[in-house]
Amino acid sequence: MPLFYLKSTIEKTEGMRPYTPLELAGRNIYVREGCYTCHSQMVRPLRDELERYGPYSLAAESMYDRPFQWGSKRTGPDLARVGGKYSDEWQRDHLIDPRSVSPTSIMPGYPFLMDKTISARGIEDHLKVNVVYGVPYTEEQIAKASADLFAQAQPDSDAAYEFEERYPGVLVRDFDGDPTKVTEMDAIIAYLQMLGTLVDFDLYDEKANLR
Amino acid sequence: MAVRKARHLTLEEGGFALSLTILAFLCLIVAGRTYDQVLAFHAVVLTVAMLAGVFVIFRRYFDEVNQPAPLEIDDRPNYNMGPVKFSAWMAVFWGVAGFLVGCIIAFQLAYPALNLDLPWTSFGRLRPLHTSAVIFAFGGNVLLATSFYVVQRTCNARMPGQISPWFVVLGYNLFIVIAGTGYLLGVTQGKEYAEPEWYADWMLTIVWVAYLLVFLGTIWRRREPHIYVANWFYLAFIVTVAVLHIFNNASLPVSIYSSKSYIVWSGVQDAMVQWWYGHNAVGFFLTAGFLAIMYYFIPKRAERPVYSYRLSIVHFWALIFIYIWAGPHHLHYTALPQWASTLGMTFSIILWMPSWGGMINGLMTLSGAWDKLRTDPVLRMMVVSVAFYGMSTFEGPVMSIRAVNSLSHYTDWTIGHVHAGALGWVGYISFGALYCLIPWLYGRRNVYSLKLVDWHFWISTLGIVLYICAMWVSGIMQGLMWRAYDSLGFLEYSFIETVDAMHPYYVIRAIGGTMFLIGALIMVYNLIMTALHSEEAESASEPNSGLVAAE
Amino acid sequence: MDETYAFLANFAQTGGLIYFMAIFAGVVIYALWPGNKDSFEEAAHIPLREDD
Repeated sequence: MPLFYLKSTIEKTEGMRPYTPLELAGRNIYVREGCYTCHSQMVRPLRDELERYGPYSLAAESMYDRPFQWGSKRTGPDLARVGGKYSDEWQRDHLIDPRSVSPTSIMPGYPFLMDKTISARGIEDHLKVNVVYGVPYTEEQIAKASADLFAQAQPDSDAAYEFEERYPGVLVRDFDGDPTKVTEMDAIIAYLQMLGTLVDFDLYDEKANLR
Repeated sequence: MAVRKARHLTLEEGGFALSLTILAFLCLIVAGRTYDQVLAFHAVVLTVAMLAGVFVIFRRYFDEVNQPAPLEIDDRPNYNMGPVKFSAWMAVFWGVAGFLVGCIIAFQLAYPALNLDLPWTSFGRLRPLHTSAVIFAFGGNVLLATSFYVVQRTCNARMPGQISPWFVVLGYNLFIVIAGTGYLLGVTQGKEYAEPEWYADWMLTIVWVAYLLVFLGTIWRRREPHIYVANWFYLAFIVTVAVLHIFNNASLPVSIYSSKSYIVWSGVQDAMVQWWYGHNAVGFFLTAGFLAIMYYFIPKRAERPVYSYRLSIVHFWALIFIYIWAGPHHLHYTALPQWASTLGMTFSIILWMPSWGGMINGLMTLSGAWDKLRTDPVLRMMVVSVAFYGMSTFEGPVMSIRAVNSLSHYTDWTIGHVHAGALGWVGYISFGALYCLIPWLYGRRNVYSLKLVDWHFWISTLGIVLYICAMWVSGIMQGLMWRAYDSLGFLEYSFIETVDAMHPYYVIRAIGGTMFLIGALIMVYNLIMTALHSEEAESASEPNSGLVAAE
Repeated sequence: MDETYAFLANFAQTGGLIYFMAIFAGVVIYALWPGNKDSFEEAAHIPLREDD
């Protein structure tokens, strides 16, 4: 088993970007519901974990994580690289009733996420606090935060077009399959679907960061 | 003693009245302006509590009962035991509440339908409620009660202040209520064992400073030249927890009208700070504090001095200096630099020595009085607790070795290890202390029924054994299944297959936990009867109890 | 930044160990110093001496 030394604590990694308002809201729901009590977000450099979950987690991948959600227990599987592994429909059905897609799952159901619409109240403040800590949100991203919050889950809207210019390459979809409203389900699926997808491991130069 | 009318409020009373009024006013503004319903609820609760505090201070003044209590009566210290009694009973209450929530979440893991698909009853919110209720509410109140008792008795002095000691115990328990209701309503920082949000953190900081001052003030007034070793452990616990708390909760709220905050540290840094906190919370909250209990209550109950006072000094300093460095072993194989986790591992192994030094010291205190283990179930409980301390401090360093950790981490083995320490060590030493403290506080010679203590001991011991064994088996099995390969070189099990395999052990664990809860309920009955039972009735019932007679 | 890091890493790996060993040795000597024996004996009896 090779041991991986990371240069200093955080190495320079291409692809990292701050969370979009909707992803940030989703992440806060993840924190609120205590998902970290059962799911880790940290793939260790062990053979079985690389095969089960994907490339091992890099320090830089959690550089915008406040708080970090590495977790300490895997009652459920690791989620560091869950982004893109399942469809939005699967994620939605699984969150509403885990046993509908995985009959012996012991995860709680979260049907109420479908009913709660997301609130834009104070979302600019969330971004501003992160800017205080050096997270590179632009002035424009802060000013348009509440529009962006909804735009990411409304792909056909005009705002979505502007949103994509502010956050290039980000997923813009109706995540929860309910076009009438933007719900907490949209937010958490948006977050889950981007987890571990920012760094392109075909391009990642491992040797450059070995010490 | 003749009551003399105090002409004005003391500085302490005036200070508290003024600060509480100002803070209550601030809370009222927040409650009125916030769009955050949980914060509004908490701000109202705090306003009411603070105004009630101000009301009590002034009522004491106008009723002319705010005379400073005499420091001594008939040349003997006039100890202040009111706050001690209060914390002791709160410990009993929170203990049962915390164990109950623990049983609920244990059954939820075995039978997920029990999550009820509601936000405030799901595992993710109840689990922090369980950990905080048992560690901070139960453990914290045990430490408050015993520390205020021990420091007064061993210093031969009344603790300072009329209002301050009550402010500490009431403020601390109000913090627990704010934090606990917050978890259920979805207000959390999402950092394990540090879930309370920013305003609860501030509250705890203020209460904790008052705690430190009251404790130091008592030591300052002492009539003993030497500061007994238990007080050293208490002091280390209070000071270190303050530092850990401040660093791990350094956060900025989104606005003062929002319950949400973002932590200063991010990613790797946050992980480092979190586990430095997490491990030292175990070291200084759950170890140093409870070792103080061991160093006072075991000698007192066994009626003989600690085995080696010199060893206790070495134990103290070694623990202080080594524990601080052991945190990073929680982060083996993560994105943390390897040297840091190796350092953590090395110190964890060295830590084994002072831990066992302490265990030997506790156990050997009984040398020459081993027969008391047979006749006194309270002492037996405390001695078994020290044995559990030895066991879990042996298991801990083993699990911090990188190779073992690669298997044990993320599995139920960790949960088993934690509960060996929590149920066996912290739980039993606390029960032992409560069984001593309640009779002493109510002027009884002993608890209401030693036979019931015996029942408590055996039922909960069986429960702990079931719990730990189930978690060992499931943890190791889980770890092995995750890394199992079939003959073709593919992973043998899907994740859900490993979850299925855990079911029987989760059921056994839940049963073990329930037995522990039943034991605690027996204790509640016994302690309430101890307080209610009058002295005459006690002496009348004595001949009936074979256990008491044997003493 | 890099220098601070290197310094801390180096200290943690070598200097820290020596530093804490020295403190530990000091504590052991203090605890075993013959002159302190009586006061420790005295202290050990504090919990038992209280007037009840």
